[in-house]
Amino acid sequence: MSHIVLLGMNHKTAPVEIREQLAVACRKEVNPLHMLPHLEQVDEMVFLSTCNRVEFLFTCNSLARGIREITAVLRAHVGLSDSVPLDSYLYVHKDLEAVRHLFMVASSLDSMIVGEPQVLGQLKDAYRNAVEYRTVRVVLNRLLHKSFSVAKRVRTETCIGSCAVSVSYAAVELARKIFGDLRDKRVLLIGAGEMAELAAEHFRRQGVRRMMVANRTLERAMELAARFKAETVAFDRFLEELKATDIVVSSTGAQEPVISYRDVRSRMRERRNKPLFFIDIAVPRDVDPRVNEIDNVYVYDIDDLQGVIDHNREERQNQAQIAEHIINEETIKFNNWMNSLSAVPTIVSVREKAEEIRRNELRKTFSQLPDLSDREKEAIEILTASIIKKLLHDPIVFLKQKAQRNAQAIYMDFTQQLFNLVEGASEEDAAPVEGEDAQDQTFLKTAKK
Amino acid sequence: MESLFLVIAMLCYLSGTVGYLVYLFRDLEQLPRISWTILLAGALFHGVALVMRMVNTGHIPAATIQEALSLFAWVFVVTYLILQIRLKLRILGSFVSPLAVVFMLSSWLLPSQIMLKSEFLKRGWVIVHVASLFLAIALFAVAFSVGVMYLLQERHIKKKNFGFLYERLPSLERLDSIANYCLMSGFPLMTAGLIIGFANAAIVWHSPWNWDPKEILSLVTWIIYAVLVHERLAVGWRGRRAAWLSILGFSAILATFVGASLLLGGHHSVLSGKM
Repeated sequence: MSHIVLLGMNHKTAPVEIREQLAVACRKEVNPLHMLPHLEQVDEMVFLSTCNRVEFLFTCNSLARGIREITAVLRAHVGLSDSVPLDSYLYVHKDLEAVRHLFMVASSLDSMIVGEPQVLGQLKDAYRNAVEYRTVRVVLNRLLHKSFSVAKRVRTETCIGSCAVSVSYAAVELARKIFGDLRDKRVLLIGAGEMAELAAEHFRRQGVRRMMVANRTLERAMELAARFKAETVAFDRFLEELKATDIVVSSTGAQEPVISYRDVRSRMRERRNKPLFFIDIAVPRDVDPRVNEIDNVYVYDIDDLQGVIDHNREERQNQAQIAEHIINEETIKFNNWMNSLSAVPTIVSVREKAEEIRRNELRKTFSQLPDLSDREKEAIEILTASIIKKLLHDPIVFLKQKAQRNAQAIYMDFTQQLFNLVEGASEEDAAPVEGEDAQDQTFLKTAKK
Repeated sequence: MESLFLVIAMLCYLSGTVGYLVYLFRDLEQLPRISWTILLAGALFHGVALVMRMVNTGHIPAATIQEALSLFAWVFVVTYLILQIRLKLRILGSFVSPLAVVFMLSSWLLPSQIMLKSEFLKRGWVIVHVASLFLAIALFAVAFSVGVMYLLQERHIKKKNFGFLYERLPSLERLDSIANYCLMSGFPLMTAGLIIGFANAAIVWHSPWNWDPKEILSLVTWIIYAVLVHERLAVGWRGRRAAWLSILGFSAILATFVGASLLLGGHHSVLSGKM
């Protein structure tokens, strides 16, 4: 019986120094997958490397020796000498736990920023590489595809991905709820601190093209303006810009509010009442809180934004529980499939299927031939039974022989497909998963070998 | 046969509405499409029933308040179905489809009273009067639903208190522009419909203005919408106030449509002495 093992380290287990080395290794061209032919214990292998994690997913027959081999590969890849003790940074998940962990990674529940979608793309790349190097076969092929569909389920059935996490991201999300499309909106930055820069970066990613910067020191304003292809405005004149601005990010060090109720109120008519969104990340606040009372004007200070995040965090907790449930469910399903790959259940179900067909056909025939005597009926029964037995004899002997080999999973899976045995599972897999063709192709290639 | 079709239509509207309401709470991808299709099926059955009635009576089915409400419910559903294709805002169904059920139900529950003598309803101009007004009201009803959505979403953002609807509802600007679209296309239709109505009155009763309660209320309604359109165009009124005004306007329409016909006199209602 082969084992699935996941070995690796991530931001939670490895200290910064090690992770820095990961980041270097992450940019390397060499893929450790090319080592597979040199490994004795490992059958299949996938290598995932992001800047926050490096993970080997592999199957092997002997757990201890497989893990030893892969640890060596990991050391070589990251460039750690033998003297560095790795054990405390590494996690090793076996079988069910490995499957679970992979599903968690794919659904971005194990990420530094939970719910960030990037990791799934990286996992897909890792899988593509493995397909190229031909290091995945039946088990990992199916496992990886399963992990993609689990990630999709988690994404559609929970809102893990859509809950904002940082202050500036929360601000952008709010802006989207007010304005919808941000591309034709204009952003005014008052004050050019680090937070303003971060918010500006988020807005630029949302497609905002027109930005203005007003800062007390012009130099810094120009610096920021150059970075975001923005224009600069004299600090004393930023109120005039309110007429043509949709979003204001304010972060000055002023002790008193720089934007008063009257400043905004008097300009709303000129703006034809278009919505105006103030993001006040300064402490003390830059925007008079009463401004929020004006129609079509929305003011969020740093505490309000923090509130949005906290709200999301709570929501995220709930969603994480739902996600975990999905993952547990899918892990069990996968485990059932794994178990069905050993020889005995496969042989049993081949026989059952044949017997079922035989019975059904007999019933049909007997009902059409009511004149048959009991003896004749018995003779036909025996005849059909022995046809089935003889027909299945060779395949079953073959399966029993293969059951001892490393490659048994391939033959079991192939048999199951050939006889269409796993109905429940096959229906689900018939759903179009990205790269399904690739799966079939690699399967054929590996089978030929 | 006709009532069987009406029952089927009603059931379709109900189940479509249930589908849309479930969608409000759970983001199931296929649900809006299924609900839309069910509503479409309902509209088809309803349409057949209306045609049958037309063939039987020989005039458009707007003689009684029942008929008029049923016809309006149909116009409303068809308007929504078309708008939905154009706007592709799936959550809209959750706020619009319950209205369709309400109109349809009230057409059954309200007493059958003759509003207009059937000979009027054979006149071409009366048909145009009814059609353009119904279409305008259907658009205003959508604007009403969108206004409710806007106010809910506005409240979330203004009060910084995010209920589950916050995630489900679209952005304020999107809602406002839909309301604007409905208003700007509904208002000319309403104006035309009313002018035709008054012109008809001038011919039939020899005076365009008869101090009929329905006439008065219609004019009030028209003024509300005229103010809304004017403010939107001239001053750029939008958002919360515009949403409230469109809700007020639609309430006035309901008062005109149902209240005046049932409770007050006049030549649009059964108590009319002039007819």
